[in-house]
Amino acid sequence: MRPAAIWRAAGLVLLVAAAAVIPLAKNVTVTHVGVFVLLYVGAAVAWNIFSGFTGYISLGAAVFFGVGVYTVALLSKHLNLAGGVVFALYPLAGLVAAVVAVPFGLIALRVRRHTFVVVTIAVFFIFQLMAYNFSWTGGSTGIFPPFLNWDPNTFDMPFYYTALVIAVGAAVLAWAIWGSRFGLQLRAIRDDEDRARGLGVKAMRVKLAAFVISGFIIGMLGGLYFYFQSEALPEYAFNPFFDLTIALMAFLGGFGTLSGPIFGALLLEPYLGYAQFQISNAYVSEVVLGAVFLVVIILLPRGILPTAGERLTAWRAARARRSAAPAAAPAGPAGAPVAGAAKAGTAGTGTPGSGRA
Amino acid sequence: MTALLRTDGISKAFGGVQALDDCSIEVEPGSIAGLIGPNGSGKTTLFNMITGYGKADRGDIYLKDTKITNLAPDKVFALGIGRTFQLTRVFSRLTVMENMIVAAHHKERAGQQGSGWLRNPFARAGGPATRRRAMELLEFTGIAKLAADRAETLSYGQRKLLELSYVLIAEPEIILLDEPAGGVNPTLIGTISDRIRELNRQGTTFLIVEHNMEFVMGLCDQVTVLDNGNPVVSGPPDVIRHDHRVLDAYLGTGEEDDDAA
Repeated sequence: MRPAAIWRAAGLVLLVAAAAVIPLAKNVTVTHVGVFVLLYVGAAVAWNIFSGFTGYISLGAAVFFGVGVYTVALLSKHLNLAGGVVFALYPLAGLVAAVVAVPFGLIALRVRRHTFVVVTIAVFFIFQLMAYNFSWTGGSTGIFPPFLNWDPNTFDMPFYYTALVIAVGAAVLAWAIWGSRFGLQLRAIRDDEDRARGLGVKAMRVKLAAFVISGFIIGMLGGLYFYFQSEALPEYAFNPFFDLTIALMAFLGGFGTLSGPIFGALLLEPYLGYAQFQISNAYVSEVVLGAVFLVVIILLPRGILPTAGERLTAWRAARARRSAAPAAAPAGPAGAPVAGAAKAGTAGTGTPGSGRA
Repeated sequence: MTALLRTDGISKAFGGVQALDDCSIEVEPGSIAGLIGPNGSGKTTLFNMITGYGKADRGDIYLKDTKITNLAPDKVFALGIGRTFQLTRVFSRLTVMENMIVAAHHKERAGQQGSGWLRNPFARAGGPATRRRAMELLEFTGIAKLAADRAETLSYGQRKLLELSYVLIAEPEIILLDEPAGGVNPTLIGTISDRIRELNRQGTTFLIVEHNMEFVMGLCDQVTVLDNGNPVVSGPPDVIRHDHRVLDAYLGTGEEDDDAA
């Protein structure tokens, strides 16, 4: 456990260091794509805190994102906010998204599995329809922020570093939750919710807490998106592809693991950003996205990192056996099969004769 | 009211099937009570009603003098009723130790000062005292060496022992065991019944559903026979063994075979 934690901390520090120096290249395209990469890292990690830990697959995360977008949009429009003060609005965007997450969660979390997925999609479309049709959301013309009179060469920088802070904060939070009692209860719910309740876990409260935390982070990212893209349009604020993308990122890297969603987002979002710039026909990149989803589900259902970890363990065990075999051979013909020896010692003691299923 | 656990006229129907029909049983404190009966006689349904895994149509359930009818599973557990399942239910992707810590949650919290909202929610799960206690129990049930393994790697019998261990860590007043000997090899059955006897000496009350007659008759002080959701007869093992109503109940549906939940 301990060495894994050290590796994880080292990896995170390395990633953060790399992310912190990238904007020094002063390449506008790189930082622009970089903001999206960090935004998706944060969103995938936040999504994973709820969906990955509990096993409840939500396709309604865009609700939080959109609520964050529109919270900042409406505030900026009515208060005519421009300048550095906009960054102070992100926690507020997160807070409004978290408040929305409470009734959303209370309704959706009453049902499980496929029904839960369907309910989250339904709630998502209700919000998208509201954004399209209410007069105060600006309908399909949306809301545009007051003009930010910033140097276009460094325009992305504050967004980049804010997104970095949110993404790192989300990753550290996920890590803290994982090993905590709260995280353990979430993972117990994932394995057998009824059993967890029978052991005193207040399932609804625990699930809702994770749902709200996840909503808060994604809401903040929505707030960031508004000034960065200078628009709040219903089709982008409440975008079904947002949900599919972050879910795919988590599944690609390793659903329900700590590093998986980060890895998945770092792998996928640069491609999507590249595709947006380089492939004129937008549908091509979406078709590729769908194809990647299918390949992941069929070939790597558990994600790249868990599968790779397993291969590594198996390879190490095989190597240990190979190096142990010549040493063990001269010991005598009575030597037990090396492969089974270690395991049999563990499994056999408590339960004589029962062996492993 | 001397009974620790008492059901009073519980009825439950699933569609047209009357699983429990005016079912009243009592479990004395400090006893090992057995619940037997042919498949489909309502034993597991009664367990489910007691532990909050279903709502009774009629009737009431009492723990000592507290009415616990239709409470949620977490509340029933908090009041001091632990249970195991016929088909074992462990948290397969958690380690054996983590399984123990999940179940210790309630006990651990009760020992802490301060209100629920002021505690650090990100404190590492399972303090040293909890882990020590968990190891003691795992040693007691004989699976301590598997503490760091994922529960999914355990054999069926080992899972039964894990389920018993994590129910024990919460120190419930009464433990409901659903077929603790089902599908377990004879040596392990001996271990399980020794452990139950030892815990009972320390003051834990048991209510056991089991098809293995040797196990039930050797262990229980009092045996109740259910048939068609109704207690037919109740008494010490010697009486039950020779009661013609018991033979009738079992002969009606043939031999005991493995049913699923």
